[in-house]
Amino acid sequence: MKLRLETAAMDALTVRLFDAIDESNMAWIMAADTALRHAFGDALIDLVPSYTTLLIHYDCRVIAFVEATALAREALKDLQPADTQNGQLHEIPVWYDESVGPELPQVAKRAGLSVEQLIERHCGHDYCVFALGFAPGYGFMGLVDEDLATPRLKTPRRRVAAGSVGIADRQTAIYPLLSPGGWNILGRTAVPLFEYARRGEPLFRPGDKVRFMSISKAEFEAAGGDATPLEERA
Amino acid sequence: MSQGSITVKQAGPLALIQDAGRFGVGHLGVTQSGAADWISYNWANWLLGNPTNSAALEIVMGGNLTLEASSNVCLALTGADLDARIDGEPLAPNACFTLKAGQCLTFRQPHAGLRAYLAFPGGLQAPEILGSRACTVREMIGGLHENGKPLQAGDQLSWQGDTPSPRRLPDNASLPMPQKRCQLPLVLGSQVAHFAGRSLYQAFNQPWTVDQRADRMGIRLTGHALNSKLEGVISEGIPLGAVQIPPDGQPIVLMNDRQTIGGYPRIGALTPSACALLSQCLPSTEVWLRPVSATQAQVTHRRQLAVWE
Repeated sequence: MKLRLETAAMDALTVRLFDAIDESNMAWIMAADTALRHAFGDALIDLVPSYTTLLIHYDCRVIAFVEATALAREALKDLQPADTQNGQLHEIPVWYDESVGPELPQVAKRAGLSVEQLIERHCGHDYCVFALGFAPGYGFMGLVDEDLATPRLKTPRRRVAAGSVGIADRQTAIYPLLSPGGWNILGRTAVPLFEYARRGEPLFRPGDKVRFMSISKAEFEAAGGDATPLEERA
Repeated sequence: MSQGSITVKQAGPLALIQDAGRFGVGHLGVTQSGAADWISYNWANWLLGNPTNSAALEIVMGGNLTLEASSNVCLALTGADLDARIDGEPLAPNACFTLKAGQCLTFRQPHAGLRAYLAFPGGLQAPEILGSRACTVREMIGGLHENGKPLQAGDQLSWQGDTPSPRRLPDNASLPMPQKRCQLPLVLGSQVAHFAGRSLYQAFNQPWTVDQRADRMGIRLTGHALNSKLEGVISEGIPLGAVQIPPDGQPIVLMNDRQTIGGYPRIGALTPSACALLSQCLPSTEVWLRPVSATQAQVTHRRQLAVWE
């Protein structure tokens, strides 16, 4: 951990703590998140944690640039990593099937696995939530086992169905709502991530863990899932 | 004046309910949204004596957006000259006016600027989502029907108050309107150290052209390419006005509906006032970037905000 404060905008600072993605970053990022929220109080407009940084957007009517910089430095002076046990573990049921996860065969083939083995491997790891972004409730998670890592599609899809679960390089994510996207899609969940996010209560937050569970089509539909094949929506 | 409603007889390409924006939710992946030209938006509410942050309409281009009043109502119009007319009669800009029962207000096409703001007595009624009435198309959040859709024909607009106290625009008021050699103040920062000296010289010593690829998410500028030594960066939070440089060297200024995190190197960020001005620029407008310190930018910003207090 090496703390750097950078000017990001007239009324925004970037706190940079790391230079590479690592699950162990999150204990520090979450500790910084808590410390900065506390220090800035009402002068804080937004605080956006990500893999290696936090963006502080402060109210420059309340505190000026020099004060904001000093306040951030003071708040982070004796930073200690947060207890990683504080993050919640979320189990996300996923129906893995080629109809809703067209890249299942390619990703399996690349990794030298059968589709069943790929599903087992994707489910056999608790993924760390690094950041929310791209869309409300969209969590960037990882790290996927190195041999499952698959580059993004050469041509992104114009429409990826809500609930689609995908892999890009060593990251995995769920699309909360219908959107364009270039990730390799493996399956679909019925968990309404967008509905949680628009209520301001996202299912998971940075620092949480996510575990995928393989379910049948019947279970997926019983949970309210929409089994329309992905390409029909394209 | 009795409380009435306004019916959208014809929808233009893009008219959105906007307020100051959605704050405190960036960590949820929810974008800021809000009026792109926040200065004109604030003047529109000020003219009617509305509380700050009252919901108003952001009308982009015009495109024959037609609104019909069911009863007399006092409105305020600011921002771009979109050739607004009441039953065919041209309407004076940056002022309050009365739209009488049965009259139609039409926005035809941009003569100067791009976005007009129409304020309603006490602010438009619209559902509040995550603390804001701002409509974000990309996120399917906000708007009259809570689905992020722009105004559509048949929509009914109603408002919160019925006794506006109209004001006149002060003589010294200045609203963002693109002129020749438009200046956009920029606070240097972020990955600026990773750009070659030549690129930094280029950034501030050439005219940039506002590209066709421009919307509420980002506005692309074209000119001599800027080159950073970084291909990309690990995705991090992006502030309003961030000037990111993708591999082709052509800057993209990130606006109100930007993604909350992103992974291109940035040279800094335009000030909020510069964002307001840029949001009024039609494609092919020439703009110049001008470095300003964060402290100086804040002084100017506070002075702007004090005008409406």
